[in-house]
Amino acid sequence: MNGAQMTDSGLKAKLKVSTAALCGCFGCHMSLLDMDERFFKLVELIEFDRTPLTDIKRLGRCDIGLIEGGVANAENVEVLREFRRQCDILVAIGACAVNGGVPAMRNQFDLKECLEEVYIHGIGVENPQIPDDIEIPLLLDKVHPIHEVVKVDYFLPGCPPSADTIWTFLTQLIEGKAISFPYSLIHYD
Amino acid sequence: MPSKLETAQSPQALKRVVIEPLTRVEGHGKVTLLQDENQVIRQARLHITEFRGFEKFIQGRPYWELPVLVQRLCGICPVSHHLAAAKATDMIVGARELTATADKIRRLMHFGQTLQSHALHFFHLCSPDLLFGFDDDVRHRNIVGVIEDHPQIAKQGVLLRKYGQEIIRITSGKRIHGTGAIPGGINKSLRKSEIEYLQKDITQIIGWAQDSIELIKKIFFEHYAYHLAFASIESNMMSVVGADGAFELYDGGLRATDCWGKSIFDHVDYNDYEQYIREGIKNWSYMKFPFITSIGQEQGWYRVGPLARVNNCDFFSTPLAETERREFMAMGNGLPVQSTLAYHWARLIELLHCTEAIAELLNDRDLCGKDLLNRGELQLSGTGVIEAPRGTLFHHYEIDEQGIVEKASLIVSTTNNNQAMNESIRKVSNQYLDGNMLSEALLNQVEVAIRAYDPCLSCATHAIGKMPMQINLLNANNELVDRLEKRVDGQFDRTI
Repeated sequence: MNGAQMTDSGLKAKLKVSTAALCGCFGCHMSLLDMDERFFKLVELIEFDRTPLTDIKRLGRCDIGLIEGGVANAENVEVLREFRRQCDILVAIGACAVNGGVPAMRNQFDLKECLEEVYIHGIGVENPQIPDDIEIPLLLDKVHPIHEVVKVDYFLPGCPPSADTIWTFLTQLIEGKAISFPYSLIHYD
Repeated sequence: MPSKLETAQSPQALKRVVIEPLTRVEGHGKVTLLQDENQVIRQARLHITEFRGFEKFIQGRPYWELPVLVQRLCGICPVSHHLAAAKATDMIVGARELTATADKIRRLMHFGQTLQSHALHFFHLCSPDLLFGFDDDVRHRNIVGVIEDHPQIAKQGVLLRKYGQEIIRITSGKRIHGTGAIPGGINKSLRKSEIEYLQKDITQIIGWAQDSIELIKKIFFEHYAYHLAFASIESNMMSVVGADGAFELYDGGLRATDCWGKSIFDHVDYNDYEQYIREGIKNWSYMKFPFITSIGQEQGWYRVGPLARVNNCDFFSTPLAETERREFMAMGNGLPVQSTLAYHWARLIELLHCTEAIAELLNDRDLCGKDLLNRGELQLSGTGVIEAPRGTLFHHYEIDEQGIVEKASLIVSTTNNNQAMNESIRKVSNQYLDGNMLSEALLNQVEVAIRAYDPCLSCATHAIGKMPMQINLLNANNELVDRLEKRVDGQFDRTI
């Protein structure tokens, strides 16, 4: 994909962008909104398909997919694979998607221990039991970064990446340029 | 209410209706409705399907990491977790009181966060429903649609949120997951230039906050009877209040009142919260079910958040918000306002209060003080409680003598509303479910009921705002009786 495609009428078609939050905290999506007034400009350049900000249920064919969060349960795997199938460019946004992040801290414990701590040994717990209803998706024993499940085209680190970083990345990608950042945008706390 | 299902005379005859939001596939929440032989919904189950296990994996970490570590629970309201953990670790380092500078900077940060979070919920997530209605094209019914059709409203929402985020950036170094609060105080006070920068726009911000209240009142009164009755449930309410009964977000005692407005407990020292609140567990949700111990699991559930806070407080300390509170409370004719959609209105009164309180604080010279930290003798446990945007938030930690976390207990805001959300869903379901036939109206109304609570969708799950749905109606033998799906264009397919 080299920049926005042309339609029959000669007008530039907007690029389609989808986003998803897997096992993360939603901070990367918030950082996307932190571009403030530039968001108005962004929606002139792109069209959102399935994202938590719209009511669109099924993921359609997209130019760019942004994934926040790591992979912690069977549904995360399903959603991630669907994004890979439907998106030309798949981007891991933020520490959790890139390397598992804070939720992956549970990897040093057995999953059972984690569940027991919360639902059996928790302070003030009445009728202790571990939720196991069929309506609840199966947890994975470890939390994984998304590149362990699908091929990822770009990694945007940070917890979260700043709005300036996301803006710079998206505008360069939309214009078909090579991605490059000034040092200040890849300098982390 | 929870056990009504279990006490149904013939539970084997119950029907199961599963409402699966899009969010299900993202590991968020979904709803099951259980219907008895008379086609009455006996129980609604909002399933929280995500589990992260913070309570376990922070064990073994040093206590001073807590304020920056546990805020990663939520990127929408990280400051709440940052400050609740900081308050707990204040106690651990023996800082019984903070310096005036530390106290006021933290309060400023918290007002900024409540402002941005409320603006996000109202403008970015709910205003499309309120402005366009539910029949609107699904491709249009979102914040981008608001930008196109109501650019002025969208601009105000984006800039209100921006202002709150800028306060957070200036007090904590970053807009999301900053580092301002540390055990015993803060790591930095404000420069005069930073205060002047924030003062520049505050009058405009207060004006826009007033505009937003006018907007919600207009919407509310246009369909007054509907708004008053919709998903309305008789509930207890809990919040933190100041020692004088004032509306309070950062620190105070716990107050719980019943549906008649009578006190259940008041000015309770939150360090003793474990005596007042316990948590039940259901096998069908990762979210627990807190209840007031003295009333019991069956009837002791309650609501938290803007509706509870505005109902519970005796007054707002700022004049514009206090005037709005009085008008709001007049709706209840002396009783607490129980309308679930009144959450939106109450939320915007709070937003206005935050802007007024910020304006006041920005005139306070203590913000530039140099005295940032208090420390005392190390204690082996600490509790921090705060009113997060979505309601009362409890953090409790126990450490060993080396300062390593041994035990943690967290009750997040949305968890407090767990049973209340189920009750509201049950109420609207009974109203809109027509026999065995699922209807569009039902899907829409269930969404509206859940959204009113602004369930923090990251603290408790990760979903946010919008929940396109699929409903499955199963009979007692688990056979599919009916299925409705909402298409991308907003039309419904009966896919059976």
